[in-house]
Amino acid sequence: MARIIVVTSGKGGVGKTTTSAAIAMGLAKKGHKTAVIDFDVGLRNLDLILGCERRVVYDFINVINGEASINQALIRDKNCNLLYILPASQTRDKDALTQEGVGKVLEELSKEFAYIVCDSPAGIEKGANLALYFADDAFVVTNPEISSVRDSDRMLGILSSKSRRAERNEEPIKEYLLLTRYDSDRVRSGEMLSLDDVQEILSLDLLGIIPESKSVLSASNAGIPVILDEKSEAGQAYTDVVARYLGEKRPHRFIDGKQGFLRRLFGGRK
Amino acid sequence: MLNTLPVLEFKSSTFFAPSLILFNKDIAAIEQALQEKINLAPEFFRDSPLIVDLRELNKQNQDVDFVQITEILRKIGFFPVGIRGGNEQQNKQAHSLSIPIDTVREQGSPIIIGETHKQENIKQSPSQPEVTTAKEPIRPAAIPPVSAAATLITHPIRSGQRIYAAGDLIIMSQVSAGAEIMAEGNIHVYNTLRGRALAGVHGNTAVRIFCFDLQAELISIAGDYKTSEDLNKQMYKKPVQIYLQDHALIIKEIA
Repeated sequence: MARIIVVTSGKGGVGKTTTSAAIAMGLAKKGHKTAVIDFDVGLRNLDLILGCERRVVYDFINVINGEASINQALIRDKNCNLLYILPASQTRDKDALTQEGVGKVLEELSKEFAYIVCDSPAGIEKGANLALYFADDAFVVTNPEISSVRDSDRMLGILSSKSRRAERNEEPIKEYLLLTRYDSDRVRSGEMLSLDDVQEILSLDLLGIIPESKSVLSASNAGIPVILDEKSEAGQAYTDVVARYLGEKRPHRFIDGKQGFLRRLFGGRK
Repeated sequence: MLNTLPVLEFKSSTFFAPSLILFNKDIAAIEQALQEKINLAPEFFRDSPLIVDLRELNKQNQDVDFVQITEILRKIGFFPVGIRGGNEQQNKQAHSLSIPIDTVREQGSPIIIGETHKQENIKQSPSQPEVTTAKEPIRPAAIPPVSAAATLITHPIRSGQRIYAAGDLIIMSQVSAGAEIMAEGNIHVYNTLRGRALAGVHGNTAVRIFCFDLQAELISIAGDYKTSEDLNKQMYKKPVQIYLQDHALIIKEIA
């Protein structure tokens, strides 16, 4: 049985798709056969981030409607042969998703894959609800600003009440925090919320802090997940995230930024 | 897998709404006063359901046109969903506007719409003197006991979630901004309270709210409420208890 991960946030533009692509690639690189599904029907992006947009023939909705088999629609990643992408349909909207259809696709993928990453659309409507409904784990992607934290908090409420696990009274979805676009300079100057501020409201298991980094944008434009850019801080941070998710203990980095050397020496935050 | 679900189901449920008590029958004055209140907290009042309480007016035999009241409320953005203590004419008007009628039986009568719309209650005159005595400070003996068992919650209450407890409500985790916790009895939050907490929602004025860290958006006991703007800044982020004394919410630090 595959472990189903939903990458969600409520708010748009916080880095869900970047995160989905990075952790799916990271899991595959670690030797786990992984599928990543774009639930953002009508606003397909994941294929661009993973650089497979020119190989899309069939999509998620085709599979749900029985117009294509899963194997026809899955695209194998060119960088890692254990990673497969199921793209969203660009010409349809979220209403094309049905709980039954999504359930069937996930069930079939579960037979073959170790991990299934569901890239949720923004919002709390049908697409987002179906992306999280079948999840075992949730990566809640949050930016260090108050509206993103509020939306993540709302999403956590939905995760704990509207998922299949909640409906069946099973063990709840395991929720993890991923703090993205973290700019330690701006945190220090008080323009951004700190990790502590965010955790005061969300109090979740922290999987990692992804520093704001130019390499994210250039990686997206190039269609190569940023996790493959081993030189970039964001890439390293995502590598840590995957390792922690798989059970490794790694200290958190990038909280204080590069200039935080003195702070670390003289006892800044932990 | 869910093919056998029935088409519908009736369940008893409780609906919480603020009541608007009118003291003056001058429509223009009412409208102006409402507008001033709304300007203080526009978000809080937007699209809010409302029970129109005419007991005070009818006690003074000030007859007001319920249709006109409804019109201005709707114009301003309220949803009148009930009338309480209306006279025969006003109740008739409410009925023709499809607004449920709640008649007053005693202090702390529940705001359960639907259930209170009973024949025997409608006959009762709201201008009877019992209502006046009930306005006075309540002796502990007169307080209806909270009968239902306490509800214990150990997980966080997130933004957008609503919790309702028929008795006391005990929460061991945080209550986020944008969450709403309601209890007919007392509310205990052994953590940070950032959302809305409404105790004594059936009118029990003897109940209290306790929390370890007060950052609430709104607190209410038996319908008397304060928004975070009105909260004493000195109590912010403090462990407090909140109770009602002569219709005033008292917030006291727990030393």
